[in-house]
Amino acid sequence: MNESMIEIIVSILVLIGVALALISAFGLIRLPDVYTRSHAATKSATLGVLVTIIGAFLFFGLSEGVYSVRLILGIVFVFLTAPVAGHLICRAAYRSGVSLAEESVQDDLEPILGSEEERRAHNKERHHRSS
Amino acid sequence: MFDLILLISLLLISFAILVALYRVYKGPSMPDRIIALDSIGINLIALIAVFSIYMRSTAYLEAILLLGILAFIGTIAFSKFIERGVAIERKHD
Repeated sequence: MNESMIEIIVSILVLIGVALALISAFGLIRLPDVYTRSHAATKSATLGVLVTIIGAFLFFGLSEGVYSVRLILGIVFVFLTAPVAGHLICRAAYRSGVSLAEESVQDDLEPILGSEEERRAHNKERHHRSS
Repeated sequence: MFDLILLISLLLISFAILVALYRVYKGPSMPDRIIALDSIGINLIALIAVFSIYMRSTAYLEAILLLGILAFIGTIAFSKFIERGVAIERKHD
């Protein structure tokens, strides 16, 4: 494959990744509460970084013949860990009683885990006990 | 042309990191700040990947793996701290 073809493919992949990173940044600013912001921060940012790293992998593989194992490991690791981290943050946020946005219409966990004030008080007591 | 595209992408990713920093500063609750810090870590990985293409050097690729691991562990520790009050649990005897 000739040089300009590689450059075109890699720059398209990098630009897609950058566009996704920008979309996730705007979502981080514009969305109303933690739970919706975590959608923006975990999904599109993960896809963006995956596409960018795949672009780097193809660039080094096709132009210099170096198929880097470290990049493949990085892709797999980011792909596995980013959703887990997002889930854990949302769980911690709900259990410590961070309020939903005013526009929210439904909260199915509330009958199980108690109302916002109860969760907040419970969390404060747990912090107190463990310290 | 290729280098110009890479430079513009570096600028735009830096802009995304700045926007996430604004959320770290402003964030009304603690989990907001942690989500923003996590997305800063992920954007830094993309920044290093683009930078290593720009420099035509594979020397920066270890940093991608390290940053991924560190961002993940930091996020896990923070969310456990918020949920339980401790980052590392020990058995009380």
